[in-house]
Order: sequence, then C-alpha cells, then structure tokens
Amino acid sequence: MIRENRLTAAEYAQNFSDIHPPFETRDAALVDANRCLFCYDAPCTKSCPTGIDVPKFIKQITTDNLHGSAHTILSANILGGGCSRVCPVEKLCEGACVYNLMEEAPIPIARLQRYSTDKAIASRWPVFQRAAPTGRRVAVVGAGPAGLSAAHALARSGVDVTIFEKEALGGGLMTYGVAAYKVTPEFCAEELDFILSVGGIGINYGCALGLDVTLDELRRKYDSVFLGIGVGLARQLNIPGEALEGVVDAIRFIHTIRSEGYPAVAVGDKVAVIGMGMTAIDAATQARRLGAGEVTMVYRRTEEEMPCTKAELDLAMMDGCRVLWLTAPREVLGSSGRVTGLVCRRMRLGEPDSSGRRAPVDTGEEIILDVDMVIKAAGQMPYDGLMAPEVSRAVDGLAPVFAGGDCVNGGKEVVDAVQAGKEAAAAILTYFSKC
Amino acid sequence: MADLSTDFLGIRSPNPYWLASAPPTDKQINVLRAFEAGWGGVVWKTLGSQVKNVSSRYSAVDYHGSRVMGFNNIELISDRPLPLNLREIRECIRLFPDRAMIVSLMADNDRKSWHELIKQVEDTGAHGLELNFGCPHGMTERGMGAAVGQDPEIARLVVEWVMEVATVPVITKLTPNVHSVVPTGRAAAEAGSQGLSLINTIQSVTGVDLDSFVPNPNVGGRSTFGGYCGPAVKPIALKMLTTIAQDPVTSKVPVSGIGGISTWKDAAEFMLLGSTSVQVCTAVMTHGFRIIEDLCEGLSNWMDSKGFLTTSDFIGRSVATLTSWEELDMNYHIVARIDPAKCIHCGLCYIACEDASHQSIALTPGNPYNTYTIKEAECVGCNLCKLICPVDSCITMIEQRHGPEYLNWKEYERRGLPLNDH
Repeated sequence: MIRENRLTAAEYAQNFSDIHPPFETRDAALVDANRCLFCYDAPCTKSCPTGIDVPKFIKQITTDNLHGSAHTILSANILGGGCSRVCPVEKLCEGACVYNLMEEAPIPIARLQRYSTDKAIASRWPVFQRAAPTGRRVAVVGAGPAGLSAAHALARSGVDVTIFEKEALGGGLMTYGVAAYKVTPEFCAEELDFILSVGGIGINYGCALGLDVTLDELRRKYDSVFLGIGVGLARQLNIPGEALEGVVDAIRFIHTIRSEGYPAVAVGDKVAVIGMGMTAIDAATQARRLGAGEVTMVYRRTEEEMPCTKAELDLAMMDGCRVLWLTAPREVLGSSGRVTGLVCRRMRLGEPDSSGRRAPVDTGEEIILDVDMVIKAAGQMPYDGLMAPEVSRAVDGLAPVFAGGDCVNGGKEVVDAVQAGKEAAAAILTYFSKC
Repeated sequence: MADLSTDFLGIRSPNPYWLASAPPTDKQINVLRAFEAGWGGVVWKTLGSQVKNVSSRYSAVDYHGSRVMGFNNIELISDRPLPLNLREIRECIRLFPDRAMIVSLMADNDRKSWHELIKQVEDTGAHGLELNFGCPHGMTERGMGAAVGQDPEIARLVVEWVMEVATVPVITKLTPNVHSVVPTGRAAAEAGSQGLSLINTIQSVTGVDLDSFVPNPNVGGRSTFGGYCGPAVKPIALKMLTTIAQDPVTSKVPVSGIGGISTWKDAAEFMLLGSTSVQVCTAVMTHGFRIIEDLCEGLSNWMDSKGFLTTSDFIGRSVATLTSWEELDMNYHIVARIDPAKCIHCGLCYIACEDASHQSIALTPGNPYNTYTIKEAECVGCNLCKLICPVDSCITMIEQRHGPEYLNWKEYERRGLPLNDH
C-alpha cells in the first residue's frame, strides 16, 4: 500500500541527517590537509569540471589562510559549498588523487572544501567585490546551478542580472532534485544568500518561461539572455501500465520530498526503481529512508555499465536496496487502477551500442516483481535545439540568447552546470565587449 | 644479540643512552622512573649557584602538522637547593648501582666555588662530572655557561681548576654558539678534561606570535633568546661532532653526542661519527621515558643485521668518509631514474627540477595523469627529485661515471680540464 507518514519525526531526522558530516575541529581538518602532497598540474584539479585549484586551497587551510582558501574555491566554483556535498567526488577529484595509486585513501577533498566554504558562507565573508556597474542588463532564466553561476560571474563584472525562477526557492536541482541527506534545504538557502550578497542580482520567483514571461519579451528588455532551465522531461518507459496510480518519475518524487517535507511523501510497501543513475540511487535510498519495506532497483545492464558511481551503489546496498542486474521492465501490472506488480525480462549483454556500452538483449525469460509502487529514473532528455552555448545571435534588435547546464548537456552533475554558467557568462561578457 | 653495554672513561652503563642534563634529570622521582624504564645513565641537571626560573619557559617549532620539530627553552640550571639534589643523587646511585650517574656542574666563576662544589658532588658517589660550558641563556649574563665555553682561554682556566680536585672522570660540554667548537674542545682536553660532550643548545628565537607581536616564549609581554634543540638541530650537531672527531687533539678523548637524538637511527649516526655514548632530552620531553625501549631494541637489531657485536665495532666508523670538498671524486656521476611502475604522477619532481634545478625532467601531458621521465643528458645528479618524491624507491640514482679513475678537484684543475659551458 502506498501511504505517507510512515515514520516518527525522530526517525525522519535520523534517516535524512548529513551523510558526509563536516570536520568537527580545525585539528581534524589539518590532519587530512597536511597529508596533501601539493601535486603539480594536479590530477584532482584536472578532474574537476570547474578546475578548482585543489592543492592551493588545501595548502591555504594548512597555513591558516581560510579566507584565501575559500576564495580559491569560490572563484572557480561559486557553488563550491554545495558541490562539496553533492559532487560524486569518487569519479572526479578524489578519484584522481594520486594516493589512490599508492593504494592509500585519497585526500578527503570534498570535506576540506566544505571546511573552507562553510566558514565563508556562515560568516558571510566578503569574498568578492563587485565591479562598478556597466549599465548592461542580463536576464537569466532558472536559479539553478548554471543560472546562479552565470549570474554571479556577470554581477561581479558589473552587469545587472535579473533571474526568472519558476519555483518558490532558488537552487534548482540542488534544492529540489538531490537526496536530502546530501544537502539540506537550509544550506541551499544560505548558499543562495551568499551568492546574492555580491550584489546586482535580483530574482523573480514563481515566474516560468513561456507562462509568465516569454523569451521574446526578455530579448527585447535585456541586453542578453541566459537559459539555465535544466532538464524537465523525464524519459518515459513506453510500456503498458505506465499511467497507473503508483507510477511516479524520480525527479517528481524527489521534488516532493524537498518541497513538501518527509511525512507528506507517500511511498509503497514494495517499491521498484527503474534505472541505475545518480537520480535512481537518490530515489531508491530515499524511498527506503521514508519507510518503504522493500526497494528493488531494476537495471537492464550490469554494474560495469551503470551510470552511478560505486560509492553510490554501496550507499543503496547499505540502505538495504536490492538490485536486479540485466533486467528490463516490460509492463506495469495493476488492479483497480493501482500498481500491483512489474513484469520484467531478463537480459544479456550484446554488442556495444551508440553509447559505447554493451547493449542489453532480451533473453525472453520473464519475471514478475510483486510491487505496489514504481519509480522511473531512466534518464532525462535535453530540450532539442539547446545544444550550443550561444543559442541565438542578436538579430532584428533582439538580444542574443545563451544557454548552459543540464538543458544543454542533457543532465550531468551540478559542477558541470556551474562550469557551463561560468563559460556562458564569459561568452556574454565577450559579446558585450564587442558591441 | 648485540651487546649494548658502554664504557665511557670507566663509567659503565648497560646501554649508550644517557639522559642529558635537563628537566627530566633534575630530581629523584624522574631519574628513578628513567632507570626503571631502562635508561643507561643520567647527567643530573646542572648544579651550581642558586637561581630562580620564570614562567613560561619553552616554545617550539612545528612543521607541516608535526609538533616540536625544534624545541627552545629559557630555563636556567637547577633551581632546587643543593643539599636536596645531593641527597637524591646519592639515593639514585644506591638504588641503581649499574647505571651511569654523571652530575652537571656550573659553579660561580672562581676557583674556590668550583673546588667546593666538586667535593660535595663527588661525596655522593657520582661516577663522573660534566662541566656546563654551554648554557646559552641567563647564565651567560653572569659570566657562566656559554660565556666560558665561547672563550677557549677561560674554558682552559676553569678546567684546570676542576682538574686540581676532581677524582672522577670530567667531561666538558661544549656550546655550539661559536664559529667552531674545536678551539674550546682542544683547550678543555689540553687542560685535562678526559672527555667531551656536544652540543648544548643553539641560541634561538623560535617565532613571533602574529596576534600579540611578542616572540615566544612569552613571559609577561617580553621574551628572551633561548636554547634550541630537538630534531631540527641534529644535522648541526653531527657536523660539530665530526670536527671534534677529526681534530688531532680532541679526537683523543671520548665524546658523548647530544643534539636532536630521537630514534635509534639518530643514535647510530652519532656513534658512527664518533660518539661513545649519546644523550637524549627533547625526545623524552615530548614522549616520556618509554622511548628507551625502541632506542635499545632498534640499535640492537641493526647491530645484529650488520654483524656488530659491541658498540665499539662501529663507533667512529664514518668519520674518515667526511673529507674536504676538494677531495671529492669529480668523475663520480649519477643520474636520476624514475620507476614508472611506482610513479604516482604527483609532478613534485618535475616542478622542483624545472623551477629549482636543471630542467632535467620531461613532462608528457596526460589526463589526469602526466608522465614524467628523466632527461639523462641534462641531469646533474643533484638528488633533489629523489629527496622530494613521496614514494619510497620510486626515484633512484644510477651511477654513470665520467671516467674510471678517482679524480679530485685539485687534480682536475691541475690538468686544466673543462668547466661547465652552460
């Protein structure tokens, strides 16, 4: 049965507490900071999409130059605080740490990054000084990581930025789309305030592109427009029964957790999660943490091909989620309009497909899972036509449109969106410098 | 099992480890605990004129997350009453007759004071005396300590006074706060001191507090020059020890080595450069007497692995290998080699060589891991890359002689051989 309010307040608090707690003391941070070898042309930095100078910011922790450390991080990644919580560091900076090659634990880069940025954000250090106003005005659509990153970079350079956000809060997927035990809504709000504290950025909440404001209108009123609108379209399974009550998409499921609070979110007794990406993991673990009795993750390929990291898989396993590898959904069964089961086919791996991964091939063997809820996390689809940073040039007196983040790349990490925002801001500033 | 027992001028101890004259040896309770832990001997904290100490007394230099790489003190000689010290020394000798008991002395600067102090101390049954000519702070302003050790003629005079009455072996402790320790060492030996010990502490300012702007240790808003010791001073001590071991006069007397000895390896190095016994203080001040266990076990195991039966089998063994620079072989040439199987691609060797040495390491870009290789033709064999590489044995230095015969600088110059052209 699908129902909400399965746990006590204390149980919810326990289940959704910070999964990567910060260093408790300066001494504790220094033990790890001092282990850093201060590599040259460091693999960690090269593995960070925003190129944070990791050895430098860690060195600055050891010399008690925390202001400098925070500046090093935030000047490369204005969401450095949030990224220290949500980045899959095992496949980025920490995964590249040279200690891995010594069979030693890597430097806890994310935790050290959090150490510096938490202090900067909590104390509202004036890390950045805004340049004199240039008189230029840019509209940014979407207050997610890409939009905030672009807005901050533009505002620092003296541009006046207005952000149009359809939700009631800023932060985008950081606020609405990430597992709550990774980053709290309170932190998202603090980080947003910190970003806005540079000045020159205003946000219009509850203002959706296409409904409340049109692109043409923005192109007429502003000198440039940046679209950081994310990926809103969940990939459908296109199987019978997908419309039954109890079939939800993971993005919506997580959004509800983040916007309505844990007790309000209904979960089944037995839940199937389709997919094996980061969002699938976030959905599966949070279903368990909301009180679902059994969670089964269904993935049509093997551990070799899964999009999530090993650390994420381990997290799901530790939460008691079961994984059915080489299994693809075929039909959702229902009774009285509600989910009662999921029919799957066993697969085997065939030749590599266009993604380079070996494609699953149906073996014909069928299994039926006894479930009352199905969460779809089979990926998201980018909007057609947003595949370039500069979408539309200035024509007919209309300002040029730039885009970046998930809406362009199809849905990558927060840190990728931050970098895209940075690059778009640089492109916009270059455009301004030429006209 | 190797025999660690030590005979220093007839002063016997079950191992070569003595506690140096310092706070760990200033009263019975500490010394008995040290003997119970297994220390071979102690040099009782300096007795002499009555003094009083201040608070605070110590400061330290930390490095890269490790505490007390160097240690500094502004403490004076013993501030306890002389009769109490003498009574306790006698009691410690009675309870541990097999351990060495040497008493450090610094009398007022007159013959009579030295004579009286020596008689009182010898009356306790102490096995030897150590003359404190090295204390760099406080006492110098009264014409004692390093003020004596810095002037060979004053040192000679005081040793002569001492030798007029001393009946047990006399060890003169040398100050490092001089251009060379040899002149005072010679003066002491020529005046009859049967042994030498070195080094005492090095005058220092360990740092300045960046909030109060007062150097440390802070004594009510002021500081004073202190005496520096601990691991940081070991290389300086080894150099000074070697000059004593190589001098024709001072090399005739046994030496007790002091200066940053923390492990059995440090002790073995001091002994290879001429120390018969070694004295330890800072390592005990930071970790307690219990370190004696590994000091003995490690030295014993190393001696077994080298086939040394007694410490005299290796004391002084390395002295002759330290020569003047112009005796070094110009034909000896080594080049670095990086083991690609061990390399972790940290790039530390590359940037050090590029920015600070001879641009002898090639970088082949990779993502995320660059590959680093030695340009052998450019490598001068300086060791820098090997020293900073965080992986043991990843970088080794390979011998590639320029020529087969030994060729020192004097001969090189005489033959008019070419200098560098770059």
